[in-house]
Parts: sequence; C-alpha cells; structure tokens
Amino acid sequence: MLIIDCPYCGPRPELEFAHGGQAHVVRPADPAAASDDDWLQYLYLRDNTRGVFAERWRHARGCGRFFNALRDTTTDQFLATYRAGEQPPAVPRDRP
Amino acid sequence: MPETLQRRPPPVEGRGWLEPLPAATRFSFRGGSGAIEALSRAYGVPLPTAACRAASAGPRAALRLGPDEYLLIAPAAEGASLAPMLATALGSLPHSLVEVSHRQVAFAVQGPYAEWLLQSGCPLDLDLGPFPIGMCTRSLFHKAEITLWRTGPTTFRVEAWRSFAGYVVELLADSALELPA
Ligand SMILES: [Zn+2]
Repeated sequence: MLIIDCPYCGPRPELEFAHGGQAHVVRPADPAAASDDDWLQYLYLRDNTRGVFAERWRHARGCGRFFNALRDTTTDQFLATYRAGEQPPAVPRDRP
Repeated sequence: MPETLQRRPPPVEGRGWLEPLPAATRFSFRGGSGAIEALSRAYGVPLPTAACRAASAGPRAALRLGPDEYLLIAPAAEGASLAPMLATALGSLPHSLVEVSHRQVAFAVQGPYAEWLLQSGCPLDLDLGPFPIGMCTRSLFHKAEITLWRTGPTTFRVEAWRSFAGYVVELLADSALELPA
C-alpha cells in the first residue's frame, strides 16, 4: 500500500486520504475585477503534468486536514508533503 | 513483509476479547491555544499537544484527533453538568464545543489477539513501536471510520459511529473465527 506522510500525523496508509486536485490555484484577489477569462482559469482549467505535480490531499480518515503534496504522476511516488500555505519544497527533478 | 503479518495467532484464552464499554459523555472540541489552555484547566485533563496522543485523569479523557481537534470522553453521569461548566470556562474565546455523546459507541478489544483482530481490518501498523500505549487516532476498519485508542499493551478502545458499530463488531467477530478455539 502507498504510504503518505501527513504533515500533522506522520506516515499513514493511503486508504485514509482523499485526493483534492491541483494545489496552489489562487482565487482572483479582487473578484469583482476579474475577467471571464480569469474565472475560467480559476474554476476550470487545470494542468495535466507528466512528472512532478503539486496537488492537494486531505487526511480525511485521520486528522481531517488538507495539505499539499508533490507527486510524480508517472511513478505515483510522493516526493514531499507540506502544510497548506507553505511553498513547495525543492525536489530533485533528475531522478531516474 | 512486516513481522506482524506473518505472525500466527496463539490459541485463544477465554472469550472476553470484545467488551462493550459503558455509555459516555462525549464532546468534539476545537480551538486555538488559548481555548485549549482554558479547557484543560476546567476539564482537569491537560489536553495533549503531541499528534495522535490521548491524556486522561481519573474517568475523564481527551484524545487529540487533529491539530486543533479533540474528543473529550467523560462518564455519562457528568453530561448535564459538564457542558455548562466547560462553556463557562471557555467564555468568549474562539472555539467550538459540540456534544456528540450519542454519535458513537465504544467497546474494548483486548487480550493477546487484540492487535491481530484489529489488524484484520485496519491499515495502520498497530505494533507497539509505531502505535504505542496512549496513541489515538481516527482511522478505518474495513470501510467504517473508527477512533482507535491504545490503552494498554493488549487493550484498545474502539469508538465507532452508532450505525456502523454493528458492521465493525460483526467483521471483528468474523476475523475471530480464524482464531483457534
Ligand atoms: Zn493527518
């Protein structure tokens, strides 16, 4: 089973987690001034990265917290997890 | 392969591995450090600050389920007096205190097979190293959410939501069929 390192609880089995989509999607700071294109970008358009991808996860059957993770979408390997609001840590991009 | 998975259960001694625990007063409490301090004083149990740890004083217990979330468990008889007492102590500090006494039921899984039985449906590693005495957490038993608290080397308190308790107990009993008589 995949083990995911919750930033609050430590390493826990994948079954306890729920996937939450792409991370770091920022809501327009001034919603009234945002154009239709800004809203389209914010609401619907997501990256479909092959490789290292930052995404939200929730420890739904544990502490209940949302956090972010860097996962390699080709190998399903979790490279790092970090708390919501933090910047993604640097990870080596030249892994085999 | 972890050693726990290869370990064969030893023969059963007695049948008391599953014991229903008495009804309890339960609160779901959430709050910041100020509210945690105030509640610790009023409740008489210092709320644990380490992740996934429980603390108790006499019959009262506090389980840290998340960074700002606690499950308080006290005797059923204290229900009527505890709620106003805690609410007064918390005053205007930002917090959430919700009585959830009847949301879930508790039972003890105990004896030499306690770990093995729970391990049959719980994906956590329940070995004493990674899951020591005093550790508590939400997790899953098969597909039902449980709150698990290790109160002794071979004793666990399992809290399951009322409507899922039958599911959890039946599956435990099913696993127990594998134990030698
Ligand atoms: Zn967690």
